[in-house]
Amino acid sequence: MSEGTRICGIGHSVKRKEDDRFIRGRGRYVEDVNLPRMLHMALLRSPLAHARINAIDASAAQAHPGVVAVVTGKDLEAHKLAWMPTLSGDTQAVLATDKVRFQGQEVAAVIAEDPYVARDALELIAVDYDPLPAVVDPFQALAPEAPLIRDEKEGQADNCCYRWQAGDKEATDRAFAAAEVVVKLKTHYPRCHPAPLETCGCVADVDPATGKATIYMTSQAPHAHRTLFALVAGLPEHNIQIISPDVGGGFGNKVPIYPGYVVATAASLLLGRPVKWIESRTENLISTGFARDYHMEGELALDRDGTMRAVRVKLTSDNGAFFADAQPTKFKAGLFHIVTGSYDLKAAHVEATGAYTNKAPGGVAYRCSFRVTEASFLIERLVQNAAYELGMDPAELRRKNFIRADQFPYRSATGFVYDSGDYHRALDLALDKVGYAALREEQERLRREGGDKLLGIGIASFTEVVGAGPAKDYDIAGLKMFDSAELRVHPTGKAILKIGVQTQGQGHETTFAQIVAGELGIPPEDVLVQHGDTDNTPYGLGTYASRSTPTAGAATAVVARKLRDKGRKIAAHLLEAAEEDLEWHEDRFRVKGVPEKSVTIQDVAFAAYTNPPEGLEAGLEGVHYYDPPNMTYPFGSYVVAVEVDRGTGEWKVRRMVAVDDCGVRINPMIVEGQIHGGLTEGYGIAAMELITFDEDGNCIGSSFMDYLLPTAWETPKFETYATVTPSPHHPIGAKGVGESATVGSPAAYVNAVIDALAHLGVRNIDMPVTSAKVWEALQRAGV
Amino acid sequence: MEITVTVNGTAETRDVEPRLLLVHFLRDVLGLTGTHVGCDTTGCGACTVLLDGAPIKSCTLLAVQADGRAVTTVEGLIENGQLHPIQEAFKEEHGLQCGFCTPGMMLVAKALIESNPDPSEEEVRWAISGNVCRCTGYTNIVKACRRAAAQIRQAEVAS
Ligand code: FES
Ligand code: FES
Repeated sequence: MSEGTRICGIGHSVKRKEDDRFIRGRGRYVEDVNLPRMLHMALLRSPLAHARINAIDASAAQAHPGVVAVVTGKDLEAHKLAWMPTLSGDTQAVLATDKVRFQGQEVAAVIAEDPYVARDALELIAVDYDPLPAVVDPFQALAPEAPLIRDEKEGQADNCCYRWQAGDKEATDRAFAAAEVVVKLKTHYPRCHPAPLETCGCVADVDPATGKATIYMTSQAPHAHRTLFALVAGLPEHNIQIISPDVGGGFGNKVPIYPGYVVATAASLLLGRPVKWIESRTENLISTGFARDYHMEGELALDRDGTMRAVRVKLTSDNGAFFADAQPTKFKAGLFHIVTGSYDLKAAHVEATGAYTNKAPGGVAYRCSFRVTEASFLIERLVQNAAYELGMDPAELRRKNFIRADQFPYRSATGFVYDSGDYHRALDLALDKVGYAALREEQERLRREGGDKLLGIGIASFTEVVGAGPAKDYDIAGLKMFDSAELRVHPTGKAILKIGVQTQGQGHETTFAQIVAGELGIPPEDVLVQHGDTDNTPYGLGTYASRSTPTAGAATAVVARKLRDKGRKIAAHLLEAAEEDLEWHEDRFRVKGVPEKSVTIQDVAFAAYTNPPEGLEAGLEGVHYYDPPNMTYPFGSYVVAVEVDRGTGEWKVRRMVAVDDCGVRINPMIVEGQIHGGLTEGYGIAAMELITFDEDGNCIGSSFMDYLLPTAWETPKFETYATVTPSPHHPIGAKGVGESATVGSPAAYVNAVIDALAHLGVRNIDMPVTSAKVWEALQRAGV
Repeated sequence: MEITVTVNGTAETRDVEPRLLLVHFLRDVLGLTGTHVGCDTTGCGACTVLLDGAPIKSCTLLAVQADGRAVTTVEGLIENGQLHPIQEAFKEEHGLQCGFCTPGMMLVAKALIESNPDPSEEEVRWAISGNVCRCTGYTNIVKACRRAAAQIRQAEVAS
């Protein structure tokens, strides 16, 4: 908090600027965009998970009053648009031509004058399907006799979509061979869905006169989407403008390009009128980017005294019908190899195999930095089970093996260089706040008394890797993952900041203005932050994987510093002093030793346009593209206490203490809000959120009636605390926070439930941990 | 068929298809886009408006069912150019992030406070449990509702 309170830069809980429109109902989301002569599109989706398409008869739909056009895969094929590339280098059908490969797959589109009519007409399309056996499980998919899902793909003889490994296999195997204790855990991190409250959609408006395509789109990455649109559709990139207006939550769901966007754009191009497509909730849940679905077999090697030696993981991922994971190119299982977590493990190996199945594609990071969530869950669950095996306290076992504060920067066994951390401090604070010793005593007492209530205490001490990322290792579809900021200070000292990232509720319009305030002394209310419009902002890869602050936040600080450097020259001219005799203070340059001789940033800005020193370019603006030197590594310790009813298996969170360290906090209020949200989504995943399928590939979890989300009633009450360990390589020491709580908390909740049952020999219950599953575990344990 | 609905105090008479949902009447016919749609199973509450003062999900009511009745949407919260205390409180307590659930949440809060001027934390949580928020974890929404209630009580004492 180096800045004066007057300026409200870094460290101030400034109220959010964006709220003024939202509380008035004046947000502008994609569905709120209405253009003259706009048409409405609805998509026909496959009711079957796997079937050959013999014929599609759209004539009745075509003839229906109000219908303007029906588009099928055949029509798109004529324009080479029936298939599109995915973010993982695969191809995905835009509208199915040969087969349908998952329930809910896009088969045809109706474009009509009215949205109700478009939906009516869907019913009039007759599709002749030949059903094929559905493959709904990755192990079944990888078995030799499995039906081939991707028969259209050249060179694809089986259902394997990738094989990948990380770490040192030999060293790891050696460590395991020599280990005194090996703890194993087999668990499925189930398929779930980010389910932002706003579904996906777009309004595509291709101007027949100029050929310019303006696409309003629910996009977390408008620039990357524009480039991909240009490549897919062959449209000149400067003639595509993607506008991602207000976005009603993303959580990774709005990172991929979906067929609906492509079809709507093609339809607008063809028909010369704007076309709106807004998916329904069911469409969102059954067809757009799901998350997780990792089957993991983890092993931890330890000495009998509790020293951890190595971790080994075999994982099988269920990627659905198309490999469409949104992740950096070279990491096929995302950043799962952060699985060594917060521990000083000398050896680690991860072996991953991906399977095509007849399920929706996606593999997005649901409030997570590319599979970090799965990894963190696995190691934190393993550590707890190891504690039981060794008869040690789970907190003690963690403490014994944490990477120590003096070991940073720390190179992990799988090659990450952790920037900074103080894991002992975070855990100690959490244990202290929750009253750990007293809870353990109560747990013992309740067990002794043998009543209906059991108490469990679960810990998760997670480390994330976020802020992708350094160009040498990180790209999405070839686009390097730098990010950008462009800052212009106008003559009256008011500024506009344009950033390459895109907010979906994170509060960028406020926090990024605070970064400028911190660096240049222009109060946040005088800085307008713009984002989400490709014509109007510098290129960037977008907001997901907690990367906005680490990348574009850094770019903002650097560009502000560039302007300050130029400002110093102007100030020297105004004060008739040498540059080296000036010092910067909050919002002004002062002559050293004569603080009353000063000019404010506003004076400097005015002079930049009215009285620039001779030889200096006029104006006060700049742009910076920031290539981060390293990732950032936020961490924290969460402690959960749950009460489990021995008779019914029902469990309830009594305490949830969360200590987060995301480095320097730009706006503590917003950081807290992010943590609350993540703790809730983490709770949802641990307790209820599940997308599953029956053996025919019918999606169960296709509406909010079966895809359960936590409401205010179930959601635990959170007690949040902070430690601050700045990132040494980030210009303002910030690390990013949007996902810490979804990454860290599921293991804490599950560990707590298992801990309540641990004395009965229970070691695992797969998520979601429902009362029924707990009850079954109690039954099996003979209670 | 012709219906007349009093929306935010103004009588609106329109000829609508009988199957038109109230939420689409508000959004598409009247252009009041502050009311959002988040699901198709009455499961999220993003579309919540007040019908004769009581919160209902406008995605599950036909516009014709609102004929002759009064509807309040988020756009109607402002009175005489003044933000409603609930709106102030949501901003003050950081009770919103993406803003998509916010209109529905605020209207539920309004109805709650009108019937229970001093709701406990549990009462607020119960009242808003038909409305999903994916961003905030509810903590600050609950605080905002209670802050607004306190503000309204104070204002009443003062007048
Ligand atoms: S849109 Fe009405 S309840 Fe979800
Ligand atoms: S603020 Fe985003 S859903 Fe509530």
